[in-house]
Amino acid sequence: MRTFPIGGIHPSDNKEWSKDRAIEVLALPNEVKVPMIQHIGAPSTPIVQKGDKVLTGQLIGQAAGFVSANIHSPISGTVTSVDAYPNGQGQRRIMVVIKREGDEWMEDIDLTPELKRECSLSAEEIIAKVRNAGIVGLGGAQFPTHVKLSVPDGQKAEVLIINGVECEPYLTSDYRNMMERAEMMLTGVEILMRAVKVERAVIGVENNKPDAIAHLRDLIARNNYKGIEVMPLKLRYPQGGEKQLIAAVTGRQVAPPPALPISVGAVVCNVSTAIAVYEAVQKNKPLIERVVTITGKTLGSTHNFLARMGTCVGEIIDLAGGLPEGDVKLLNGGPMMGRAVVDITAPLIKGCSGITVLAGKEAARGTELACIKCGKCVSACPMGLEPYLLSKLAKLQKWDMAEQHNTIDCIECGCCSYTCPSYLPLLDYIRIGKQTVMTNIRARANANKK
Amino acid sequence: MATRLFAAPSPHIHGGENTRRIMGDVVLALLPALAVSTYVLGWRVLFITAVAVCSCVVVEYLIGRFLFKGRTTICDLSAVVTGVLLAFNLPAGIPWWIVVIGSVVAIAIGKMTFGGLGCNPFNPALTGRIFLLIAYPVQMTDWTTGVPDTLSGSTILPTIKYQPELVSQLDFMQMFGGQMNGSMGEIGALALILGGLYLLWRRVITWHIPVAILGTMAIFAACVGAGYGGALIYELPLFHLLAGGALLGAIFMATDYSTSPMTHKGMIIYGVGIGVITMIIRLWGAYPEGMSFAIFIMNAATPLINKYCRPKRFGC
Repeated sequence: MRTFPIGGIHPSDNKEWSKDRAIEVLALPNEVKVPMIQHIGAPSTPIVQKGDKVLTGQLIGQAAGFVSANIHSPISGTVTSVDAYPNGQGQRRIMVVIKREGDEWMEDIDLTPELKRECSLSAEEIIAKVRNAGIVGLGGAQFPTHVKLSVPDGQKAEVLIINGVECEPYLTSDYRNMMERAEMMLTGVEILMRAVKVERAVIGVENNKPDAIAHLRDLIARNNYKGIEVMPLKLRYPQGGEKQLIAAVTGRQVAPPPALPISVGAVVCNVSTAIAVYEAVQKNKPLIERVVTITGKTLGSTHNFLARMGTCVGEIIDLAGGLPEGDVKLLNGGPMMGRAVVDITAPLIKGCSGITVLAGKEAARGTELACIKCGKCVSACPMGLEPYLLSKLAKLQKWDMAEQHNTIDCIECGCCSYTCPSYLPLLDYIRIGKQTVMTNIRARANANKK
Repeated sequence: MATRLFAAPSPHIHGGENTRRIMGDVVLALLPALAVSTYVLGWRVLFITAVAVCSCVVVEYLIGRFLFKGRTTICDLSAVVTGVLLAFNLPAGIPWWIVVIGSVVAIAIGKMTFGGLGCNPFNPALTGRIFLLIAYPVQMTDWTTGVPDTLSGSTILPTIKYQPELVSQLDFMQMFGGQMNGSMGEIGALALILGGLYLLWRRVITWHIPVAILGTMAIFAACVGAGYGGALIYELPLFHLLAGGALLGAIFMATDYSTSPMTHKGMIIYGVGIGVITMIIRLWGAYPEGMSFAIFIMNAATPLINKYCRPKRFGC
């Protein structure tokens, strides 16, 4: 069975906590706070003002440039404020606050539940629809999907890879989507294949989800989805990393930055993103809701909710019995790459595939000891880096040496810190080093331009 | 009790591996060899091991407490490992005060001088052993406390080296089971291999260093043997793997984390280096055994190996 070539770890996947929870449609929130930045790139420009009436699916934030994404109203009602509010990390961001009145959708959105498979649009038309719908990578990276689909001149996509790996422990939203909304996803894959003009698509799924693999294979054969294959992958973190997944599926390695996946002929999309693409292209429905896993060993109940963007995270947690007492870590995402949320009034955003709650010992960090040079971080690094060294160089602020040792290759998967027997916060330091080196590189490039 | 949200960068979970568990595994892996040694050489083995372990721990505690003035590091069990390994490198009949001196050298000079665990360039137990070998050559080669065997008064390596005609009396099965003279930990090949397998299973070590060392020694012996026309059994590969400190060194001493390379490629180069140097000393050197010196020399080369044997960068 295939997997990526180097490094990796085997954390317990803890998916049993929420994997059998069918998707529940979350009751509409009475108020949403919609951040104008829910993507990589320039923040969108709000085009509504206090007092404006908006419909569900109406554009409220205009993408500011190519690498940016439109933002739509997740509910219908009245805009009560456009102002800076804290996001999950406590940083103040421009958000549009809407008070709900009923649930009235934009007229052109098709709300019928029937699957609509036929699509005769051209690649350009599909990409335009994806762009208008404000779709970003739903696996967590939030990279605008239309940018990914726009294959640059002179380059050609050979294979579309659909990321159904979900290698993050705990998270099950992609899994539930594959089980319950598989036909929407597969139709989305067909549309994506048209968009990037490829004949072949591979859905990579780790072998801890055998029922999803069987279910998709069955549907593909029964309903004649041409050119789509499901590839089981050996359970190993971080298989869902874009470069790791491409290597696992095609055997080809994307060169170090700034090379992109298209350089080896691959375009990668998440399964949930494929569903969003289906809805945008076939039903004119912008990205205003997503499936989000609410999980954790100490929660009263676990869920997979279909929730509107902008819903208050605290309200969602309350539906799962509220936060446990004592020391708690609330994560936007899973425990390996998720970001800690410190403000529970923060809204649900496009990239949030799950909210994981860790409590007590599970949330604590071990006491830092001396590095014993065991080399476990080197063996675990999926990018072939030397985390112990990069971390030390960042600590000593030796930015030039960190650059020579390719610190910008780091994908921040966390395997090094996870595996360190001395509980060293390796990735914490490497991140600082990586950010500084990237700033230095940009500064050099700007200086050369002048 | 109220809920207290707190933040930290990812990853938010840990694999659960820790230094103490690793060191504990090493101690556990050394127990079969200790048992064989006690059975063959007598209760004094346990006494000497206890003296070495206690002095190592006490020295580390005192230095940590009064010189470093920091949190004591004895809980990580690394001093215990050093103590056991040092004892394993000594003859059972050695006076206890020499063991104490060896422990002080091992921990104080070999380890704490450089900043403690992980910072030492040389294996601390080996530092202690080599110091004693040079300072107390008589006591360090007094094998009278041992099995009354046909080759008594000396260990197999020097005996065969200087009296090759005795080769016909060698019994490999006896060597395998530990019925031979030698340092406390180097007899009992089977027990050492068992310990090594345990460490492999627990992923404390990888196969690269032991296999590289032992493989190189075997090939080297076979080649030299072939060069002499195969007449001398002294060049027999199996003999070299079972005699002296080959197994103890390859499995337990050379695999010490801080003093061995980080990458698998580096580990192979390091292991081959140890194998070659050991065999050169054994075959043509002044000393009958060269394992300690070989590991010591390759310890010195480790930073260089780390510099040139980088892991393969993804996408290149």
